[in-house]
Amino acid sequence: MRRRILPGFGLSLGYALTYLGLIVLLPLVALAWKASGIGVAGMLHLLSSPRTLAALKLSFGGAILAAIINVCFGLLVAWVLVRYRFPGRRLFDALVDLPFALPTAVAGIALTALYAPNGWLGHWLMQRGIQIAYAPAGVILAMVFVGFPFVVRTLQPVLESLDRDVEEAAESLGASHAQTFFRVILPMLAPTLLTGFALALARAVGEYGSVIFIAGNIPMRSEIAPLLIVEKLEEFDYAGAAALGTVMLIASFALLILIAVLQRWSNRWAEQLQ
Amino acid sequence: MKKFLLMLALLSGLFVAAAPAKDVTLLNVSYDPTRELYRDINTAFAAQWKAQHGDTVTINMSHGGSGKQARSVVDGLPADVVTLALAYDIDAVADHGLLAKDWQKRLPDNASPYTSTIVFLVRKGNPKNIKDWPDLIKSGIQVITPNPKTSGGARWNFLAAWGYALKQPGGNDTKARAYVQALYQHVPVLDAGARGATNTFAQRGVGDVLVAWESEALLAQRELGKDTFDIVVPSISILAEPPVAVVDKNVDKHETRVVAEAYVKFLYSPQGQAIEAKNFYRPRLPAVSAQYAAQFPKVNTFTINDVFGDWRQAQAKFFADGAIFDQIGPGH
Repeated sequence: MRRRILPGFGLSLGYALTYLGLIVLLPLVALAWKASGIGVAGMLHLLSSPRTLAALKLSFGGAILAAIINVCFGLLVAWVLVRYRFPGRRLFDALVDLPFALPTAVAGIALTALYAPNGWLGHWLMQRGIQIAYAPAGVILAMVFVGFPFVVRTLQPVLESLDRDVEEAAESLGASHAQTFFRVILPMLAPTLLTGFALALARAVGEYGSVIFIAGNIPMRSEIAPLLIVEKLEEFDYAGAAALGTVMLIASFALLILIAVLQRWSNRWAEQLQ
Repeated sequence: MKKFLLMLALLSGLFVAAAPAKDVTLLNVSYDPTRELYRDINTAFAAQWKAQHGDTVTINMSHGGSGKQARSVVDGLPADVVTLALAYDIDAVADHGLLAKDWQKRLPDNASPYTSTIVFLVRKGNPKNIKDWPDLIKSGIQVITPNPKTSGGARWNFLAAWGYALKQPGGNDTKARAYVQALYQHVPVLDAGARGATNTFAQRGVGDVLVAWESEALLAQRELGKDTFDIVVPSISILAEPPVAVVDKNVDKHETRVVAEAYVKFLYSPQGQAIEAKNFYRPRLPAVSAQYAAQFPKVNTFTINDVFGDWRQAQAKFFADGAIFDQIGPGH
């Protein structure tokens, strides 16, 4: 075993595990325990309901779409903020964090006011037959808003440390701009992009506060799974709410594991290139 | 350190000695649109109690969706008094042993000191010419009403619509179901609470008609101007009776029973009734009613017991998981 410079492995590991257990695992165990009250038949009934399926589809489908949008535009924004110097850059940089700081309900109300049929943008879009607020598009818009900073903030430090020599080398070896981007830069960024994607996705799946204002909340159309959980609670159906929560948890966990696998694979790809 | 502790002990002793004999704090757990009402009630009650007994009463409020509030009390929110949107929610609190099951018989008028009804709020001049329930399901009409699963007010709306259809000549459950199903086809946004629905209609400009508590409709008119909205009273509606109760277990623990009981009785007093009327709730006392007659047009109403038995039955038949609302609500 290699000698460590700083002592205290046992102690710090013990603390770390206890802390993780208290903060993360304990509530999850309580959730699963509450959910077990519903039984296998109850779980199957819940999962076979078309309304539950529609809500889960919107929550996960919307979150995946929102995370994809965030990765594309987040990369663009991070690139601009890191690579170029222009007046107001620091201000723009600070603006990126706003979705973190804003209470989600405020974000939801602001977006709804803007995109509602009588709002500034909504009015204009409505005349062109596009409805954002009170439609599934509104759900995705809110999810994009809350997930945006994750991609930018994970990418920035990696972009800063990216060696420009590599790009210059690529160019001097005759690579086109597109080749330099897709075959040199993108592979190096891929693991980080995936981290950003996973964070934005996780944030969007669980988002309730902002989505609820803009969604319209019509069952089978614009109703998200967290709202269905709240409705179950209103019916004093704690077990059903916990069961749906557990389903979301398992699905999210499976997605995150899939992303972790992709990440390992892309890491190896990036290393091979280097 | 010892010195510091000693000082702390002395100081705290000083405070205890200096405090008046009785400082009472009550927690009133209420539903969403009663903020304005209880702000006025609490001020008046505290002044009256101070004048009569010399004690200072502080009343803290908690507002939210009626069902959610009931659940918080069940889960341990230490409410001395609950003032909710419908009896079913207080029944749920009683089911968990926090107050006597016959709570609704302990106070006059089904334990509902004030009532309200369900009316329509339409845009100024009533451009879509909405007069009564059948107009809501005409083509091209958009109706705003919150989700009955999460909003007490929305449950009153649902039952008012159902009751209207049932009371038509030849009305029966099948016809009522068809009418209510058609009604929810016209709902483009399903807000979680009554106030949210009011905002969607009033601030976001969505929909042609808001089905709402009369108190909420009058408040919207006062806050946003009479020249923005008109109130339409349908041919028949439901008598909404938002109930109040003292939470036995909590007042005994906090030793606040006397004040809590005086507080709910105050809601029935002439002074309390006048405050309720001023806040757009229909008073029970004939004298106060007469004084505010201009504000509250005569409405033909039925009660929940007339048509649906009681709240428990209505809840099970319409709003439970998989019950009628789940079968015919929006999206179906």
